[in-house]
Amino acid sequence: MALELPIYMDNNATTPVDPRVLDAMLPYFQGKFGNAASRSHSFGWAAEDAVAKARKQVSSLIGASPKEIIWTSGSTEACNLAIKGVAEMYGKPRTDDGACRGHIITTAYEHKAVLDPCKRLQREGFDVSWIDPQENGIITAEQVAEQIREDTILVTVMWANNEIGTINEIEKIGKLCKEKGILFFTDATQAVGKITVNVEEAGVDLLCGSAHKIYGPKGAGFLYVRRRKPRVRLSPIIDGGGHERGMRSGTLNVPGIVGLGEACEIAGKEMVEETKKLSALRDKLIDGIVSQLDMAVLNGDKEKRLPQTANISFPYVEGESLMMAMKDIAVSSGSACTSASLEPSYVLKSLGLGDELAHSSIRFGLSRWSTEEEVDYVVDKVVKAVEHLLAMSPLYDMVKEGIDLSTVEWGSH
Amino acid sequence: MAYSEKVIDHYENPRNVGALDKAAQNVGTGVVGAPECGDVMKLQIQVNEDTGVIEDAKFKTFGCGSAIASSSLATEWLKGRTIEQAKEIKNTEIVNELSLPPVKIHCSVLAEDAIRHAISDYEDKNK
Repeated sequence: MALELPIYMDNNATTPVDPRVLDAMLPYFQGKFGNAASRSHSFGWAAEDAVAKARKQVSSLIGASPKEIIWTSGSTEACNLAIKGVAEMYGKPRTDDGACRGHIITTAYEHKAVLDPCKRLQREGFDVSWIDPQENGIITAEQVAEQIREDTILVTVMWANNEIGTINEIEKIGKLCKEKGILFFTDATQAVGKITVNVEEAGVDLLCGSAHKIYGPKGAGFLYVRRRKPRVRLSPIIDGGGHERGMRSGTLNVPGIVGLGEACEIAGKEMVEETKKLSALRDKLIDGIVSQLDMAVLNGDKEKRLPQTANISFPYVEGESLMMAMKDIAVSSGSACTSASLEPSYVLKSLGLGDELAHSSIRFGLSRWSTEEEVDYVVDKVVKAVEHLLAMSPLYDMVKEGIDLSTVEWGSH
Repeated sequence: MAYSEKVIDHYENPRNVGALDKAAQNVGTGVVGAPECGDVMKLQIQVNEDTGVIEDAKFKTFGCGSAIASSSLATEWLKGRTIEQAKEIKNTEIVNELSLPPVKIHCSVLAEDAIRHAISDYEDKNK
């Protein structure tokens, strides 16, 4: 098969829609366009049936019951609902003396969809503890246990990290939270459909996922809310009609939900095969790069990681200029230059990486359609680009002269 | 972000990459920026002691494409100028020449800084 350029290798950001998913969705835009809340005619019933089927498809992928799935517009909304909904329901009311309303434990390298709601709650009177991952990018149950207090109401730890792809000790953390009677929410956006996710085995009470990360459409996601042992209650953040058991009002995005359901079903069926294929390709990519560039560093644990994600730092070269040299490859970088701020990736910094390593990182995200030819091409391009930039790098020169960069007094600008 | 053609040209074919002997009496070296900011520029000039004209300029840059292009352009402009003429190079001229977008203006500021540091290093050596 001929290599098609550009190569998309940023599948942790988003994925293309699987043609099978699209086929499942199409009837719900026109012929079966009904509102799932319309109880008085066949258009509504058809939509309701489709949504019910999707609820089964999603819940069976994660070992839940269909009634435990709340549809949302995506993971950001689901994270907001889970965190703010729990805080509102289980936290103490705000008082004039500014007494702590409750304690929340999270990690420093969550997605902003978790960090920002936690920061908001902090401003509103909750105490929040932020755990830094270990150097290998993993959060352990022990780290969580150290933070637990009498008044802890919620633990929120992501299942797998979106930037480096490492997988946390979710089952152990779930067990710990059960013992302590604390609610446990996990943002599983990067894990659902890629690795085995089972809410019973993992003992999670709340969990979210998103369609567009698993070859479904953008704008469709879900929040799993446990109904038994314990029955989790949430204050809604969107009011207006009481859809989704009162937890999330608003007309359902039927085509999107159908797509999410189909994407989950396909992921469940193909996960074993896909994991085998993708982890082999991922390792080929990592080994190919690291064996040719001896300064390159894989960020995060080599084994406990998503099958399709690798994040590599290239010391002494800067991430954005590196991407510029690989114009026909779509990847993302932890470099400050790729964002509006001048701060490099907070995720990589939370691992204890120096700024210069955070600035020089590239995330590679494979998809179910990635090929060996693509990986070979990318490895070759990366190696050539890094060599081009090393020849221009004053930092590399200094290191070759035996200067320790951390001892240099840099000017500011 | 889309780069201008000139930025891409300087990035792909950087002019005057390299190093001069920083111990030499007629060489001035400026190193500016910091790794945590994502940019470090090293810019060097070699001055003809009789004429005061910059006969050679070299750079090495750790940074984004715009930072590399700004320093590459700076070395091009420095060659053949006297020290006094070199002092007149303004970051805004670099911005205009490379069509840098607002978020990349700091790259041109850094290049101007690098020029100033290289010149003052040369002047300190030759007081």
